[in-house]
Amino acid sequence: MAKPKVATTSLAGCFGCHMSLLDIDDRILKLVELVDFDKSPIDDIKKFTGRCAVGLIEGGCCNEENVHVLQDFRKHCDILVSVGDCATMGGIPAMRNTIPLAECLEEAYLNGPTVHNPSGRIPNDPEIPLLLDKVYPCHEVVKIDYHLPGCPPPADTIWQALTALLNNNPLDLPYELIKYD
Amino acid sequence: MIASTNTKRVVIEPVTRVEGHGKVTILLDEKNRVQQARLHVVEFRGFERFIQGRPFWEVPVLVQRLCGICPVSHHLAAAKAMDRIVGGENLTPTAEKMRRLMHYGQMFQSHALHFFHLCSPDLLFGFDADVAIRNVIGVAAKYPDLAVQGVMMRKYGQEVIRLTAGKKIHGTGAIPGGINKNLSVEERDFLLKDLDQMITWSRGALKIAKDYTVENLEKVAPFGSFDSNHLSLIRADGAMDLYHGNLRAIDAQGNKIFDQVDYCKYVDYIVEEVRNWSYMKFPFIKSLGPETGWYRVGPLARVNTCDFIDTPEAEAARKEFMAVTDNKPNNLTMAYHWTRMIELLHSIEKIKDLLHDKDLQGNDLVVKGERREEGIGLIEAPRGTLFHHYRVDKNDQVVMGNLIVSTTSNNEPMNRAVQKVAEDHLSGQSELTEGLLNHVEVAIRAYDPCLSCATHALGRMPLVVELVDAQGNMIDRKAR
Repeated sequence: MAKPKVATTSLAGCFGCHMSLLDIDDRILKLVELVDFDKSPIDDIKKFTGRCAVGLIEGGCCNEENVHVLQDFRKHCDILVSVGDCATMGGIPAMRNTIPLAECLEEAYLNGPTVHNPSGRIPNDPEIPLLLDKVYPCHEVVKIDYHLPGCPPPADTIWQALTALLNNNPLDLPYELIKYD
Repeated sequence: MIASTNTKRVVIEPVTRVEGHGKVTILLDEKNRVQQARLHVVEFRGFERFIQGRPFWEVPVLVQRLCGICPVSHHLAAAKAMDRIVGGENLTPTAEKMRRLMHYGQMFQSHALHFFHLCSPDLLFGFDADVAIRNVIGVAAKYPDLAVQGVMMRKYGQEVIRLTAGKKIHGTGAIPGGINKNLSVEERDFLLKDLDQMITWSRGALKIAKDYTVENLEKVAPFGSFDSNHLSLIRADGAMDLYHGNLRAIDAQGNKIFDQVDYCKYVDYIVEEVRNWSYMKFPFIKSLGPETGWYRVGPLARVNTCDFIDTPEAEAARKEFMAVTDNKPNNLTMAYHWTRMIELLHSIEKIKDLLHDKDLQGNDLVVKGERREEGIGLIEAPRGTLFHHYRVDKNDQVVMGNLIVSTTSNNEPMNRAVQKVAEDHLSGQSELTEGLLNHVEVAIRAYDPCLSCATHALGRMPLVVELVDAQGNMIDRKAR
């Protein structure tokens, strides 16, 4: 039987959750015996090649591209997991939700002490994605099956959750592995 | 640039095996000649704005969420800036050495991650190898020993971070004016256990990077390469110093543009240009202007700018590296890999020295002095010089934040590399295969970009509509 596939992505996150996944250390060699990786920033598969058992989502949605990628993951994955505080509740990037967005742009591109911008331009090329009015947690955009809190969730949390899901076991994490930091 | 009807647009999206979100667009004419090639950074955060109003002591913990690959760099750069706010920049020996240990641990894990997990597939299998094996899992299948080394080296660096910062990712060790823990004897002995193995493996990794570059010099020398200026922090005696120093910039021939500049005056030397097609800004040296003032940062720049490295094995490796270019600056994009491994070895040598230093078991952790309202902190992050700059009011709230993240300084160089590889390898090809397109990404990966770091402003996209008549005169302009 073919190995089940796992896909991962980072939306409006910092890659810390992917780093925590790599913090399973040598268990990564066990993991690749259990599963094949499909679309993921750790390989060069840019488009889904087939149905995936589990999709791991890091980061919330801050722009239209994040939404498209998340919808694509929902379409191709049997189980979708929000990994980390940004995916589950927006996280640090959602601190911008209380601030008028024009102010963020002006701070970055017009007012900063090292900005050189004589024409007063703000990035707006069609090649860069439109930003959303605020940062959304993933479950407000698509159905999410499981949430793993933490900034980032510890490697053991990700490992236990992933192996449970791949073995059709209930996701029963001990108290010590549920972090809200 | 608006594509004309005969122009074809090729897109690489997302750029993979790098940190963060970027894409490459290539515009081709009817004969498939490259007209334009760009790396767009498509991510946008808002740290400079949304940290305003937060208490200053929170910032070192908050801003490291810019980047999960090198959170320690942001943690420490912000802490160094906040040291100045509390007048505690002259740290106790225990505090400075704990921070340095944390930083070298970070440098070690980040460089190992980049070399083994992200880039080795290109070097081991070839730029146009089958996409199914061109990743770290493919490396694990074909070179299991090497993959295990990469995994265990990264793990070691992460353990150093955990024992100095409290946890492996997004720790809390550095506080304004010092550090919140020392290193216990048990913790020290735990790290000493695997140290010799790490040194041996680091020598091996350096040899792989060096041999690869030397044996393939004909191929890698022109690959995405160009002359540039280089910038880094430097110690007062000219030694490489990854934690602290003054600014030095040199040109492509090695002439000094400025030297031993107090980094608190950085605004007089560095400015950033805004371009509309990338959220990432384009820094340049003020006195030279945007056309010629751009520069490289990171391992290559640091090895080029320093006079020497103060650990013996890394210094020997530096001399060997500089001999290739007759002790003139090396301007090869692919030489980043070799220099990154020189720094890997330097970092583990530094870790060794520090672990044998009894100051790490000291109890004097925090100093405070005269309160200031402005603080600037610079550090050499794995990817290059990192600038943090804050103003704090009397209520202890942040009122201004300015960040120039390492990868931002490499924005122009990465775009030059993309353009050069596109012209040399893609232009005029009848079919742009996946393997050919990976060549562009290989050039980007050499810089080890951290694209989510580099785009830390976040806000709503401004929608600007311009109504222009046939002569190009603007009739109306509406902005959101």
